[in-house]
Amino acid sequence: MLLEVEHVTVRFGGLTALADVSVQVDEGEVVGVIGPNGAGKTTLFNVVCGFVRPGQGELRWRGAVLRRHRPHQLADLGIARTLQGLGLFPHMTVLENVLVGAGRHSRAWFGSGLFALPRSDRDDRALRERALATLDRLGVADAARSLPGQLPYGAQKRVALARALVAEPALVLLDEPASGLSASEMDELADIVRGLKQHTSVLLVEHHMDLVMAVCDRIVVLDFGRCIATGTPEQVRDDPKVLEAYLGEQVDATTQEVADD
Amino acid sequence: MTFLNLVISGAANGVVYAAVALALVLIWRSTGILNFAQGGMLMFTTFIAWDLVHLHGANYWVGLVVALLAGLVLGAVVERVLIRPIEGGPPINPVIVTLGLLLLLEAVAGMIWGSGVSSFAPEFSLNDYHVGHQLILFSPDYLFIVLAVLGVMVALYVLFQHTPIGLRMRASAFNPEVARLLGVRVGRLLTLGWGLAAMVGALAGVLIAGTQPGYINPNAFDGLLILGFTAAVVGGLDSPLGALAGGLLVGVIQQLLDNYVSIDLDSFYTFVVLLVVLMLRPSGLFSRTAVRRV
Repeated sequence: MLLEVEHVTVRFGGLTALADVSVQVDEGEVVGVIGPNGAGKTTLFNVVCGFVRPGQGELRWRGAVLRRHRPHQLADLGIARTLQGLGLFPHMTVLENVLVGAGRHSRAWFGSGLFALPRSDRDDRALRERALATLDRLGVADAARSLPGQLPYGAQKRVALARALVAEPALVLLDEPASGLSASEMDELADIVRGLKQHTSVLLVEHHMDLVMAVCDRIVVLDFGRCIATGTPEQVRDDPKVLEAYLGEQVDATTQEVADD
Repeated sequence: MTFLNLVISGAANGVVYAAVALALVLIWRSTGILNFAQGGMLMFTTFIAWDLVHLHGANYWVGLVVALLAGLVLGAVVERVLIRPIEGGPPINPVIVTLGLLLLLEAVAGMIWGSGVSSFAPEFSLNDYHVGHQLILFSPDYLFIVLAVLGVMVALYVLFQHTPIGLRMRASAFNPEVARLLGVRVGRLLTLGWGLAAMVGALAGVLIAGTQPGYINPNAFDGLLILGFTAAVVGGLDSPLGALAGGLLVGVIQQLLDNYVSIDLDSFYTFVVLLVVLMLRPSGLFSRTAVRRV
């Protein structure tokens, strides 16, 4: 098992954001986390990233318990994350944005980077090639020299994804990757996510059910911080508790009436 | 010819102001802190160089290099020990801490080296050049000053724009949270950034100390700090190029007004420049904020 979130509870003051939640991601697996607004999806991501420390429960990465890990250590562990708000660096070119994420593979010694020694120069070229290859894989290599702000939103999302993937992480956390995308862009995104599975496992938070159902191997449903269902897309889709969480009991009553008729 | 001479000599002074401005801009860009202690820090490192050269007979270049290294270390220590603990607090905290450090450094320098004035002999001649019979208000020492500051600016430009570490420093300055997620050790880069800024300040201190006999004393660099501030603000506070332009502008205007109006009002001119620029372009001449507003 690659990542195991075991019985994690997070409280913010009186509010329980996550209550005894467990999620596992295996190698080569795409796991979706869904749930209504405020269900605790982003908190779960923040726990995995080390932004939020759980009150109870633990995290295991490749079987070893993660204690007090900090965000900057994620890259070394092989975990990458995209953000809802893209978080691209506005005054740096697309290529430079991706190069920041490629840092893990740079063996350039601090000082040699500072004084631009030849060894660092060679590393630098290898990193550039890797970054360009990643941009190419996501179909935005043409934009390498542009600033992010000059690109359409869909292309910016691809750049953000390229930046997360350039270090070849074992697990990538995608926070609402489909938000703001058109229907056709969403289809392309689904292809990209499916294509990742060979090298990279995916943990995905997403509102668009079409995408989640299309790409996920397993789905975890959160509601008010509790895990109310888990299983394959088919199992989750037919689970009455999930319908209830999403549509409310009122609709259940209507369904009942329709069934009675 | 007088006018041209005044512009040349003002610009040469302005290059030193630009170096101080750059030291302030580097820290402002990466942390949003105005380092009021910069004047005290460069005073202290200049005293160290002066001590080595004039009290212990060291070579000028040894003194200069030691001052730069002392600046690097002092800047890094200040960030790690004084600034890091107040990170994320109210914005008034760094103001108080850096002002306090300024007073502390001036007091300690007074205790070590006394509060009298000392002279730092320049390595190059201060005698002005002649072209034919025409005197040019520019000396070999000022030529060295201009080359040294421009050299450092080019080196910093290359560091920030063309090296992996510079890339990560820029990323940390734009968005530390995202940079952290990408594996960047933001804290270390901030320490390095403060060190580099203080090193530029240390260079400015040693350079200007040689331009006038009796320049050095624990409070002598306060004026330089104000000129550097003005240059930085005029240039927009977050632009290294703006720091250079601001320094040159302040230097030239100061020299012209000194000559055509009165030298007695010397320190007043700095504020006139500041006021006029802020009235015409409130966010400075080169700031990004101005670009965004358009």
